[in-house]
Order: sequence, then structure tokens, then C-alpha cells
Amino acid sequence: MRWINTRPSPGAQLALTLLPFALLIIAYAIGSAARLAENANDKLLPNLAGFADAINRMAFIADPRTGDYLLWSDTGASLVRLLSGLGISTAIALCLGMLIGMLPYLRALLSPFVAVISMVPPLALLPILFIAMGLGETSKIALIVIGVTPTMIRDLALKALELPREQIVKAETLGGSSWQIALRVVLPQILPRLITCLKLQLGPAWLFLIAAEAISSDAGLGYRIFLVRRYLSMDVIFPYVVWITLLAVLMNYLLDRIRIAVFPWSELEKQA
Amino acid sequence: MSALSIEKVWKEYGDQIVLEDVSLTVDSRAFVALVGPSGCGKSTFLRMLLGQEQPTRGNILLDGVALPSEPGADRGVVFQRYSVFPHLTVLGNVLLGKELTASRYKARLLGAARRSALDEARQLITEVGLAGAENKYPAQLSGGMQQRLALAQALIMRPKVLLLDEPFGALDPGIRTEIHTLMKRLWHETQMTVVMVTHDMREAFTLATRVVAFERRRDRPEEKERYGATITKDISIWPPRIAGAASIFSPDRDGPVASPGHRRDDLAPLGDI
Repeated sequence: MRWINTRPSPGAQLALTLLPFALLIIAYAIGSAARLAENANDKLLPNLAGFADAINRMAFIADPRTGDYLLWSDTGASLVRLLSGLGISTAIALCLGMLIGMLPYLRALLSPFVAVISMVPPLALLPILFIAMGLGETSKIALIVIGVTPTMIRDLALKALELPREQIVKAETLGGSSWQIALRVVLPQILPRLITCLKLQLGPAWLFLIAAEAISSDAGLGYRIFLVRRYLSMDVIFPYVVWITLLAVLMNYLLDRIRIAVFPWSELEKQA
Repeated sequence: MSALSIEKVWKEYGDQIVLEDVSLTVDSRAFVALVGPSGCGKSTFLRMLLGQEQPTRGNILLDGVALPSEPGADRGVVFQRYSVFPHLTVLGNVLLGKELTASRYKARLLGAARRSALDEARQLITEVGLAGAENKYPAQLSGGMQQRLALAQALIMRPKVLLLDEPFGALDPGIRTEIHTLMKRLWHETQMTVVMVTHDMREAFTLATRVVAFERRRDRPEEKERYGATITKDISIWPPRIAGAASIFSPDRDGPVASPGHRRDDLAPLGDI
């Protein structure tokens, strides 16, 4: 049998899915044990007990200076920034993307402009944002918005343009005006794409968030990682990285579930 | 009334002449089949009737009035593909026309207006044999059912003219025959003129009252660009078929038809699987 035709059984599938994760953990455990055997005070690869201690300290014991539970206050601060950034981007991208996709005049006006803007490296704009908007929340949220919006606009405009011309014509023969077609034909069909698009932009959004927090902040997951870096606190950095990853994976999963629950037809179309 | 008159219509794309000097008068309630080889401009002609494209020269009149330069509610259409909206259920697809005409800003109906529109939509759905599938999405329907849905969706607007662009081309022969029966029945029962583009001669001669052939008169490679296609044959079917009237000669073939029960491409009832 050809390799392209061989498929794993459900059990094998699960085992294969877990394998890379298990290997990663085992490799780490071996490395950590080897280093700790050589020097019990080694900080680079702490063992599970070290992690448990650090997690306990960050998550369940109040910080003696501020009285905050640091992991949770950091998570709160980061999520507020991330979600405001993504929320603003989504709103802008949905409006502009639909307009560009549907109206030839606006396409001529904005499409090349957005294409050029999306090529500006957002991190290079960070100093400008800090200078113009100060070091507060505004500049961090603005960085996320600038970083992810142009890509989202282009993606949604493309999706709106991809709708078969036949559908638009059909809607016109049903008496639809531009507004009605936007509302009843185009919008519902690009919303699932908007969710997918948001999912793909989670990665860049986290990147911009952590970059902004690393440079100037007083709370936040990215801020904490870069702060404890000075003390080589790998026992804090690793759990934070894992926590950020978990949050991203969770958001990814939730967005998918939302799409399937709210737009059941989008999943049917995929299978058809 | 819904008579079409096409006067000396030309269609050119840059240097390429697609259609030249096409003139045609279609009586109210006629069923015209447009046939011809691929690339001879039948579909372009249909798109001009639809208002999706404009003739380069010449006029198209519907009941003596020039067609508006964009598609509108007086002309319904069924394409071979993408005729129904994948994000709406069967009921939603049929209801959409009602909602778009009646509610200008929300494009949704509420209360009594919605109930009466729902009744009308359900009746049409039953008419095309989709009763029981009201809450299914198009992706859950067979190809034939999707085309019947597209017909119902277009018919709820009571268009003056129904334009069909190879609507049944992708269906298998058995289902095609059944949908022909449906099409014939709808044509007899409604007040519309039908123009259908098809590749299937059998279909053209089974359904139409008149078969119009498009062809390029000059088709040598060096002539292709500068000479377009035009009407080369215009056959009126005899004995004549008249919408809504029984045929004296072959009543079962050409006259109004009774509604059949279960259709071949209906999804199997759950018990049968």
C-alpha cells in the first residue's frame, strides 16, 4: 500500500498527537535532571518542584509589595490590552473590508493604500507610538491595532470579492439594494471568515502585545517575563510562556466553537 | 404582460465582437430556448437581458420600456451554480425575496407580515417538492433539489421574465426529466415569459415554445475576432404550446401537468436508509 493511503486508527491517532508533547517534556526532564545533578543551584533548567514553587508564589501568594496575585493581575492587564486591540481591529476590518470588497469606488480608493500600509513593519512604529501617545495603555493597544488590522482588512475584502458574482446578481433580482445585500448576503457570509481571520491574527497580536509590554509597562505577562529575566528566573519564565500558550490555544479553540455554533452552514460548506 | 423586444443588439469586448445584429421579439408568456455551440454568446445575451451587462449597440425593451442597466426584481434568474445562498436555510432562501422587497432597512420581516410571507414561501416550497426540507441548508441538498430551491426563490418575486442559464446542465438525466416536468408545470401556472440557455437539444425541444439558435456565420480563425454570432435559426415548435392551455395534439406532453409525489432526488426518508 502507498504511504499516502495509510491512515492511523483512532487510538494511534491520539498516541501520535500526544507523542511530540511527551517527547518535549521527557527531553526537558532529562536535561533538567542532568544539570541539577551537576549543580543543585542551577537556575537554567529548573525541575518540577522548582516550577511548582514558582507557580505557587506567582499565582496563590499575594505579592508582599503590592498585595496583588501577580499571575492573575498580569493576565488581566495583558488580556484587557489584547482584547481591546483585537476588538478595535475587528470592527475596523469588518467595515473597511466589506466596503472595499463590495464597492468598486472604495476599492479603487483604499485597496492599494491598505496594501502599502500592511507592509509597514509595526514594531518599527512602536517608538513613534510611544512618543506620540505616551507610555500608557493607548500606545500598546494602538500597536496591536496597527499590526493586525491591515491584514484583516485585506483578507475580508478578498473574501467579500470572492463571493460568486451570481449570488450578488441573484440578490439584485430579489429586489435587494446595496445596503440590503451587504446586510443579508455579504455580511453573514464573511462573518465566519472574520472569525477564522481573527484566529490567525492571535499569534501576531500576542507578539505585538509582548513586545510593547517588554519595552514599557508596569504589569502584564510580557512585562513579567522580561522583568524576571534579569534574575535568570527560568522557574517563572517557563510557566508564563506555557500559560500564554495555553491562553492562545484556548482562544483559538473557543473561536472555532463559536464559528460552528453560530454559523453551522460554514462547517457544512467545508465538508460539501 | 411581459413581452421582450431586442432591437439590433451588438456586444463587443474591446476588439472582439461577440454578438452582431441580434434582433428578436419574444411574445408574452413564451418559453424561448437559446441553443448554440459553446462560446457563441448565448450566456452573454442572457446576461444582457438580466441587466448584468449592457449591449454595445442596440436596445432591449421589456413591454416597450428600455431595460434598466442593472438587474432588478422584474427579471428572475437561475444559474447553473451559486444560485442559492449557502448561509440560509431552504425557507430562508425562499423568504429572502419577500424580506428584501418589504423591509427596506432591516431586510427582515416581523409579526403578521412575516407570517403571511412564511405561508407563501411554504406553499412555493411544497410546489417545487421541497416540503420537509425547510430547515436544511443548501449544502445538505442534492443538486436537483438546489435547482428546485433556486426556482422557488426566483418565483416568489413573481418576475415578468424568468431567465435560466443552463439551469439543469449539471443534473443527471433521470432527475433532469423530473425537473423538466416541474418547469413545464410552473410555466403553465405562472404569468411569466421564460428565456433559457441550454446545451441540451432534447431539453430545448421538450420545454420551449420556440428554439432560437445562435451561431457564428464566419468562423475561420482569422475571422473569429471581427465577426460575432447572430441568430441563424428560429424554430417555432409545432404543434404550438400555449401557456396555461391544454394541447389538443399531445395533452400529456405539452399541456399542464399534475404535481408528482415523491421525486427521485429527494433525500431518502429516515426509515429507508
